[in-house]
Amino acid sequence: MRFGVVLFPGSNCEMDCQYVLEEVFSEEADLLWHKEEKISGYDAIVLPGGFSYGDYLRTGAIARFSPIMKAVEGFANEGGLVLGICNGFQILCEANLLPGALMRNRSLHFICKHVTIRVEDEKTAFTNACSPGQILHIPINHNEGCYYADQKTLRELRERGQVLFRYCGPNGEVSETSNPNGSVENIAGIVNRAGNVMGMMPHPERACERILGSEDGRRIFSSVIRRWKGED
Amino acid sequence: MVSVKVIVTLKPGVLDPQGKTVRNALESLGFKGLADLRIGKIMEIKMNGVPPEEARLQVEEMCKKLLVNPVIEDYRYEMQEV
Repeated sequence: MRFGVVLFPGSNCEMDCQYVLEEVFSEEADLLWHKEEKISGYDAIVLPGGFSYGDYLRTGAIARFSPIMKAVEGFANEGGLVLGICNGFQILCEANLLPGALMRNRSLHFICKHVTIRVEDEKTAFTNACSPGQILHIPINHNEGCYYADQKTLRELRERGQVLFRYCGPNGEVSETSNPNGSVENIAGIVNRAGNVMGMMPHPERACERILGSEDGRRIFSSVIRRWKGED
Repeated sequence: MVSVKVIVTLKPGVLDPQGKTVRNALESLGFKGLADLRIGKIMEIKMNGVPPEEARLQVEEMCKKLLVNPVIEDYRYEMQEV
């Protein structure tokens, strides 16, 4: 499988994503400079974490107009698999490829720590390697991770099963105390209506090897690979 | 020259933790009767050689395209010829 990992000015997780895809999964992963106007021959696109354009104006607001984003939009509209991690999630929301917005953490603190998230739907292209309700240990690393959507959008997300992950406690309980950043309904990751564009604030690429404290992030990438190979 | 002040505010109902913290700080300084405090942004734009009507259209376009995220923000602007 061939992944394209987009490098925006200010991205800083692109090499971690590339490393995991190549070294842990033995798949191909190319870095794509954001000035590229065409992306062809890729099976999935990753928008990695970081601080594209210094987070100026709003996170992801400027990156979403990078030349490559037109191609990413076209790729997504044709059903291509797109993963937005952290800043990538923020960019996808700004680009209207995902609903809602990511705002400053409620605590006003930058948060970098391992959290637990509960898988809310294990049948998607991004979660099919998870068991129902599985609890994943994956780190977050953000200042603007507070997911917001209006009531109507939230209802649609719930009804269409578009919420993929919720921040939870060690036993899977979703509560205010297990919400690190103030996200509405503890939402940590969502998928678009068509099921091919996903955004999540936690960093699965930082949890793919035991030495890093967790291998749970592997489930996200294996799901994508399984879906692409038709094995899920 | 046309001078434009774009004022971007958070939509009512959208949480503003920064505003809340500042309000608490003012209260701890002894200021009384604070019902609410919300923080927004001001962008000052100067445009040369653009007639005011055209400038207005352009500013609307700028807000819709980039300056404002309609999911969480509202905007208004003031324009004057200088």
